[in-house]
This record gives sequence, C-alpha cells and structure tokens, in this order.
Amino acid sequence: MAVIRDVIPQLELFQPSSADDALALLAEHGSDAWVYAGGLDTLDWFKDRVKRPRVVVDLGGIDSLREIRSTSDGIEIGAMATLISVINNPEVRSQFPALAYSAKSAASPQIRYQGTIGGNIAQDTRCWYYRDGWTCYRAGGNICYASPPTAMNREHCILGASRCVAVNPSDTAPTLVALEAEMVVRRGNSERVVAAEDFFVGPEIDIERMTVLEPGDLLMSIRVPSKWASARVYFEKVRDRDSWDFPLANVATAIRENGGNIEEARVVVNGVAPTPVRLTAVESAITGQPRNEQTAEQAGNVSIQGVAPLTHNGYKVNLMKNLVKRSIRDEPLA
Amino acid sequence: MSQEIIELTEESAEQGVSRRGFIKGAIAASAAVSSSNYLFRGNGGTALAQSPAAGAVERLITLNINGRSRRVQVPPMETLSTTLRYTLGLTGTKIGCDRAECGACTVLVDGEPHYGCSLLTHSVRGREVTSIEGLEGEDGTLHPMQQAVLEEQGFQCAFCMSGFIMNTVALLNENQNPTRKEAAEWLSGNLCRCADYDKILTSVMRAAEITRGA
Ligand SMILES: Cc1cc2nc3c(=O)[nH]c(=O)nc-3n(C[C@H](O)[C@H](O)[C@H](O)COP(=O)(O)OP(=O)(O)OC[C@H]3O[C@@H](n4cnc5c(N)ncnc54)[C@H](O)[C@@H]3O)c2cc1C
Ligand code: SF4
Ligand code: FES
Ligand code: FES
Repeated sequence: MAVIRDVIPQLELFQPSSADDALALLAEHGSDAWVYAGGLDTLDWFKDRVKRPRVVVDLGGIDSLREIRSTSDGIEIGAMATLISVINNPEVRSQFPALAYSAKSAASPQIRYQGTIGGNIAQDTRCWYYRDGWTCYRAGGNICYASPPTAMNREHCILGASRCVAVNPSDTAPTLVALEAEMVVRRGNSERVVAAEDFFVGPEIDIERMTVLEPGDLLMSIRVPSKWASARVYFEKVRDRDSWDFPLANVATAIRENGGNIEEARVVVNGVAPTPVRLTAVESAITGQPRNEQTAEQAGNVSIQGVAPLTHNGYKVNLMKNLVKRSIRDEPLA
Repeated sequence: MSQEIIELTEESAEQGVSRRGFIKGAIAASAAVSSSNYLFRGNGGTALAQSPAAGAVERLITLNINGRSRRVQVPPMETLSTTLRYTLGLTGTKIGCDRAECGACTVLVDGEPHYGCSLLTHSVRGREVTSIEGLEGEDGTLHPMQQAVLEEQGFQCAFCMSGFIMNTVALLNENQNPTRKEAAEWLSGNLCRCADYDKILTSVMRAAEITRGA
C-alpha cells in the first residue's frame, strides 16, 4: 500500500453547474485539468501525489449528467449516474438486468452510492507498481515492473499485453461491450459517438491511457440500444473474496437463439487484458450451434487460444475458460 | 499548532478537565485563527483572488451537519472526514485506511452511506450530513442501533464502530426487516479488524427488532 500522506496538495477546484461550463473549463486548462466524477479512483491518485493536475473540474453539480432516460432505441444513462441509480433503475432492471447485476458486483455499497458509471468505465488500472508512483511505461517511463518473472503479477493480464501487462478492472465495461453500448463524448461544441468496444484503448495504441478520452473530452452519456433488451445476457465475476473486491476475471455474454441454435453471440471478458476483450473466435465457433454443454465446452477451449500468462497468473487461464463455458451453458445470475 | 494543543492539555490535566474536551476546544480555536491565513493565499487552491470563473469555489462555506448549519473554512481538496474531525471537532468519525477500503469513516449524506474519507467537503454543500454525533435524540434517546450495540456488546476495540453504526442506520432506513445475509451484504464495505462480525450482525438484527418495535 502506498505511503499515506497527510492531506491532498492544493489544487484549484471548480464545481460548474452545466456541462457547457465544464467543457469550457476543460478547453481552457487542457492537460492541466482533471475530470472529477465520484472521486473514488481520483482521490487515491491525489492523496498519493502520483497525479498532480493543477485544476480539478467536479461534475457533481451538473444534474443533467445524472439522468437515466428511455429513448426511441433503448436507454441513455448519464455519465454521472451513480452505480446505485443504475442498479435501481426500473428500465435497466427490466431490459438489461445483466447491466444492473454487473454494477451491483462492483465495489462496496458505499462506493456504489457515490461512484458513477462514467467513472467506472473510465477508471484507471489497479497495477500497484503504477499506482504507487513507480515510473513505468504507463507513467511515461521505459520499463514495466510487473512483467519480469520475479514481479508481483498475480492480478495482471493473460491476453493482449504490449509492454504493459496491467488489466482493465471495470465490472460494467464488459457488459456494456456485450450490449453494443455507445459512449457519447463531447469536446467543445463537437460531439462524437464511440462504440463501447472502441472506447477502451490498449497499450499498443496508447500506453498511458485506458480509454479514448483525451484532455478536453467529457463523457456525456452511455447509450444502450434495445437490440439486446430482454435477451439472454450472462454476467459473472470472480474475485478473491466473496464481498467487495476487484475482478480477477469477469465475463459478459449476450446470446440470441433461433430454432434451438445460437443465432448471434457476443462474448466479452475483462480483468484479463488491458481492455475488455471481445472473444470473436468464440463467437464464431458457437454461432449456428445448439446452446448446450458441448458447445459451451468448445467455447471454453477456444477462449484460451493464444493466452500468454505471466509467472503468477496462470490460474486465470482456467478461470477464463470456465467463466466463458458457464456463460454459455448456465442461466444468467441475478 | 500541535505545540499549542499539548500545552493546553497539560495545563488542563491539572485542572481536571478532560484531555479530549480540551483538544476539541483547541481545534475549534485554532480553526478560527488559521482560517484567516488561507484567505488571500495566492498560489493555487483558491480562486478568490482571480476573476470569478464559472463554478470557482469559495473557501467559506455553509455545511448542514447533524441538523445544524455550520460556517467553515474548507480548503478545496479537503475530505469530509478531515473537516468533521479536525475543523469541527466531531471525532466520532474515524479514519482508518483513508482509501475507501475500510468503512471506518462512513457518514450519511442525504441519508445515503458514503465514505467520508473519499468525499470532498465542498461536494456536500447543500446536502444533509449525519455523523455518529447526530444520532442521539434531543432527549438523549439512543438510536436503535446504538441501543442494540450496548445490549449485545457488539464491538471489541470499536474503532470500526461508528462506521458500522452509520451504515446500519442507512440499512434500517431502507429495510427494517433484513435477513442476516442481507445485513452482511449491506455492511460488506465495512471492515472490522477485530473480526467481530458475528456480534456486529447480532446487534444489527437486534436494532432491526427495536426499530420494528418488536
Ligand atoms: C476500494 C475500491 C474497490 C473497488 N472495486 C471495484 C470493483 O470491484 N469493480 C469495479 O468495476 N470497480 C471497482 N472500483 C472502482 C469504482 O467503481 C470506481 O472507482 C468508481 O466507479 C470510479 O468512479 P468515480 O465516479 O468515483 O470516478 P472518478 O474517480 O471521479 O473518475 C475516474 C476516472 O474517470 C475519469 N472520468 C470520470 N467521469 C468522466 C467523464 N464524465 N468524462 C471524462 N472523464 C471522466 C476521471 O477523470 C478519472 O480519471 C473500486 C474502487 C475502490 C476505491
Ligand atoms: S503493468 Fe503497466 S502499469 Fe503496471 S508496471 Fe507494467 S507498465 Fe506499469
Ligand atoms: S477511512 Fe474511509 S474507508 Fe477507510
Ligand atoms: S471492533 Fe475492533 S476493529 Fe471492529
């Protein structure tokens, strides 16, 4: 654990009451500014003095960003909607119970009352070398402390590494990718809509970021289309202890069946790679097959092709294999 | 400032005044003095000296704590548990990990449980904050959970206690008839280093009984 310092250094705090004011502040201060949502990831960085922005833009006073509303095609969740409001929202519960369940699987009750869905998907990795302020690749240096054989890498990745072997720790992210959600991002006056699976950025693209968000960008909302509403969507998370903890691995699988066969599937894992990963090989292997034990078994086997575990995380290979298998075979948890 | 507190404490010991009471007095007095130092500090922190930008925060704010309105000087990046303990002298709220990992600092904001160590004081302006000091009724009646903890001897060292009690208050506001499992789940963001969970849950179940008038 990091050394506990006394207080957070002096930073300039802004609490705008509209998204336009927030965007103006972000445009003005560029990379000196930090977007502050629920603050639960953020405050660790500030207390440890590892990240030291000059300006903090707290979105807490912008009511419009907290809304969850039905649209002509599904639902739109404001970036500042707390995890608890996502969990308790009647529309989310009835149409996308797996999303409510994955939000409920994240962190502890107190964190779910304060942590936002935007912050949950934009949160940084938990690699402790990096979080303790070691100047690794992700911190702009030229070494990875977690990948050598002697390193503590039990929680690190088995897939998709490129110099950095840290994982994305979000529980809602894989579900949003499975549901084909879209992230609405604004910058100044321009808005772009990014598919969830393109929102997350691996180290091969940018080793210092986890998402496409750049200085000046504000995540406004997450759109969940009705395509997978009321479909069979399975989420499961494995962690070290049964109460709150980050995922060692999780899976979100959406399946549509037709005439006894799998017509379309999206299989996504997280906690095993630097981004949530769509297992497209698994998806094609099971499409057209009946949803049964044999297909599930085969899916598990395909899921682990090409994995590259580190010294201490080999257990994640079987974990992922079994999670993928169960996500196809078993009835969704709630 | 720490020097000042120690001197006051020694003196007060002779006079038979409680050390704790005196430290709180010293905190309140020094808060009033040191706040003026902050006012016109130029570099960083406050936007007072600059042209007002949309959303710039001021240091002198009004908080609603335990039903009372309190005017306090709060640096922009101060956490609520720090303000409660070191500016307002409400030391019932504990700081364990200071990292949103143990729950010792749990307070209610508009009735919802939050980790005070991981919440900026500036973000609770206009909201109702309840700390352990605010539970007892005006006539001294304890909250059912406080009563239950006494009856069941719920804690050992009790460092984690105010956090558990506050989170239980939030639980009982939502659900007056929780199962033991539901209570355990609700309290899963609170850790007890003495591992007194069994007695804590027994206290919660008793508190629910008292609340229901059973
Ligand atoms: C002890 C602990 C345990 C946890 N366990 C889990 C877990 O098991 N599973 C899980 O999924 N998560 C877990 N979390 C993570 C927690 O859910 C997230 O920290 C939280 O959701 C972050 O959200 P926040 O609103 O507090 O974001 P913040 O900390 O305020 O922000 C996080 C990051 O996102 C950026 N950001 C946030 N909102 C926006 C926006 N609208 N536009 C642009 N950028 C934005 C911020 O700049 C920052 O970089 C845990 C956290 C803690 C502290
Ligand atoms: S895994 Fe990534 S974040 Fe961790 S030390 Fe290596 S480069 Fe840094
Ligand atoms: S002190 Fe706040 S959670 Fe531990
Ligand atoms: S009783 Fe000692 S930490 Fe809980």
